[in-house]
Amino acid sequence: MTKLYTGLLIAGLCLSGAAQAESHMDEKALNAAVTARQSTMKLYAFNLGILGTMAKGQAEYNAEAATAAASNLVKLSSQDQMAYWPQGSDNASIENTKALPAMWENMDDVGAANAKLEEAAVAMEAAAGTDLASLQGAMGGLGGACGGCHKSYRESDN
Amino acid sequence: MYGFLRVLALLIIIGLIGLAGFWFVTRPDTLPDDTFTALSGDAEAGEAVFWAGGCASCHAAPGAEGDEERLVLAGGQTFATEFGSFVAPNISPTEAGIAGWSVDDLGNAMMRGVSPEGQHYYPAFPYTSYSRAAPQDIADLHAFLQTLPASDVANQPHDIGFPFSIRRLLGGWKMLFFRDDWVVTDVAADDVARGRYLVESLGHCSECHTPRNAIGGLDKGRWMAGAPSPDGKGKVPAITPDALDWSAGDIAAYLETGFTPEFDSAGGEMAEVVQNLSHLPKSDLEAIAAYLKVLPAGE
Repeated sequence: MTKLYTGLLIAGLCLSGAAQAESHMDEKALNAAVTARQSTMKLYAFNLGILGTMAKGQAEYNAEAATAAASNLVKLSSQDQMAYWPQGSDNASIENTKALPAMWENMDDVGAANAKLEEAAVAMEAAAGTDLASLQGAMGGLGGACGGCHKSYRESDN
Repeated sequence: MYGFLRVLALLIIIGLIGLAGFWFVTRPDTLPDDTFTALSGDAEAGEAVFWAGGCASCHAAPGAEGDEERLVLAGGQTFATEFGSFVAPNISPTEAGIAGWSVDDLGNAMMRGVSPEGQHYYPAFPYTSYSRAAPQDIADLHAFLQTLPASDVANQPHDIGFPFSIRRLLGGWKMLFFRDDWVVTDVAADDVARGRYLVESLGHCSECHTPRNAIGGLDKGRWMAGAPSPDGKGKVPAITPDALDWSAGDIAAYLETGFTPEFDSAGGEMAEVVQNLSHLPKSDLEAIAAYLKVLPAGE
């Protein structure tokens, strides 16, 4: 009888250990997904910076560099990002993210917002190489498209 | 017995005087009758006033996206505060909205916080900033609002607890906190003066960016020094020069596109503000930046 109890106890410990290992793996995977999407955001910012500093007159306008940056935005916005945003990677569940749980309740809206971003990036791709005035005119569209998600699905500054 | 009646009569008289005093102090105060007499409204100019005032941010229907939807001012958005929950009313040009409002009605609402029925509005409606508006801008806005699409959505009541549910008390609140003079008095340059008008009046920036005291009055000694978010989640950043070291050009570009100098983008309520302000001429956004640059340090 004692043996049976000992056996059950050991089995139980093994199981709980396995479960812990599994949840630990999960957290690692979730953090990797957060890193992936934040890396995408940084790449957006870098390419937007090339365009935006030209728009603000802080860098000299260069049609070729502007077009390359805009093309990168098109590529970034057309990624399949499903794996970057797994369930349970909201800011109520894990640290180091500002993504609000509301995002996962409104994935249709998020998808529509991303489609608008892609449109704005394509518009910038056409405008960036034309001239500085066209580039400047397309900046607001991109900013608005970024705001399309950040307005409702990112925790405000604190 | 006679003495008792005398004391009672005295107490009643004192009570009545007190009540009369309360009634006098808390009476809704309206604009002079001739404020708009010589003015006529221009709808086209009124559109810029509309976007500068951010009307759509609160009065568009919940979830309205894009300019077309945001111009239907059906109301219905809910604003949770520590005093209760406020619901934005329908201000589209229909019976359910503000059809039939004269320019004086709009002026008294926006610049005095008094409804056409002569009642106080709650300062969730930022008449505490609009009080500084130019009457011509109100007349132009009045003309513009008539051109907007109609909505028949009925108004919903606010959900306010006692004693804040007694509107008359707002008369006392207004006596303490309602002003129509400028907060920043030293504006030497024209662009700073224009920026002050946009920020302190129509833009009502201080309503979120300046901290409040326990009964909801703005702490003007910490003008634009940042504050807890009105909905209780997160913080609204300080935008005084000591806290915000962006160049004037960067501030203007942010207000136009939503991009920070690091090319992050505006989020939360501010994304909505940028959506409004992007309709203004660049010179106005530069004026806002010029004004922010001359603000005293927050703390």
